[in-house]
Amino acid sequence: MSTGTLWTVVLVGAAGCYLLKYAGLSVPAAWVQHPAVVRVVDFVPAALLGALVAVQAATSDGALVVDGRLVGLAVAALALALRAPFIVVLVLAGAAGALVHVVGG
Amino acid sequence: MVGVGGDPGRRITRVPGVPRSARSATLRDAVGLGVAVGLYGVAFGAAAVGAGLDPWQALAMSLLMFTGASQFALVGVLGAGGGALAAIGSALLLGTRNTVYGVRLAPMLAPRGRLRRAGAAHWVIDETTAMAVAAPDRELGRLAFWVTGATIYLGWNATTLVGALGAGALGAMAQAALDSVVPAAFLALLWPRLRRGAPEAGVQRRVALGGAVVALALTPFVPAGVQVVLAVVAVALAGRPRTREVAG
Repeated sequence: MSTGTLWTVVLVGAAGCYLLKYAGLSVPAAWVQHPAVVRVVDFVPAALLGALVAVQAATSDGALVVDGRLVGLAVAALALALRAPFIVVLVLAGAAGALVHVVGG
Repeated sequence: MVGVGGDPGRRITRVPGVPRSARSATLRDAVGLGVAVGLYGVAFGAAAVGAGLDPWQALAMSLLMFTGASQFALVGVLGAGGGALAAIGSALLLGTRNTVYGVRLAPMLAPRGRLRRAGAAHWVIDETTAMAVAAPDRELGRLAFWVTGATIYLGWNATTLVGALGAGALGAMAQAALDSVVPAAFLALLWPRLRRGAPEAGVQRRVALGGAVVALALTPFVPAGVQVVLAVVAVALAGRPRTREVAG
């Protein structure tokens, strides 16, 4: 992707996210408090984050791939279950991924 | 983790009833949360550069988009080789949350005039909403919103630049570490929604699992990044009646 395209993605994405925030402070409350809208907003993050976890941990260039990232993810899940702080979770996952890289070549 | 999951109010300590200590407690919590969250920008800056952005593009995202989950989603899709529309689409999907926060905050902030409203809107994210709604009264709520927003904004942008500039110096082992950090970061953003005791944790778990399964199943067949957006649409369509029932 060219630098120009990347800048476009960054700026359009930023503008869109800003408008979503601005809309919240501006639209009549009744619009956004509609039960169907509230349900979707409640659950979209879980679906999206679930999809992103899977894609980031187990795919590469359009194919399913098993590598150190899955080990890192398992370590992260364990750390989260033990209520480790956010930054600790990331450090442990990174260390696990690096370890697999060293051991596995 | 600017603007990421979790429930507003969950990690806020109780504020005592005495006005002066309530004020300093609000300030202390707001600054503390801001510093903690701001540090996390390092991970974003490094991830953005790993995905092919230059440090200035990474910084522009933190300055202008300023909502962490959307920022991670955008660079995540780009890093997976995804196209422009898929990247923007996933950022916007996660950004819809902030619209709801804005509706909740509007009566409290009551920004007078277009300029103040435009300024306040930029800082409507998970953490500022959490701090504002958890404050004992309206005045402290506004204080919490602005102080949390300012602290996070400064920290998040400074650390984004540190992470983005530092990422260039990474060797192969550090790159492997970073590759593992990104999915772990998404999992950490997701986790508070799945944890026992979270509202409708059971439904959230099924929705998250559904998103993951659909995205993996579509990966060989669609352009990178598109599977993420399609997974959300599929889960939303399939899950709606059932989530209604459970919600009862």
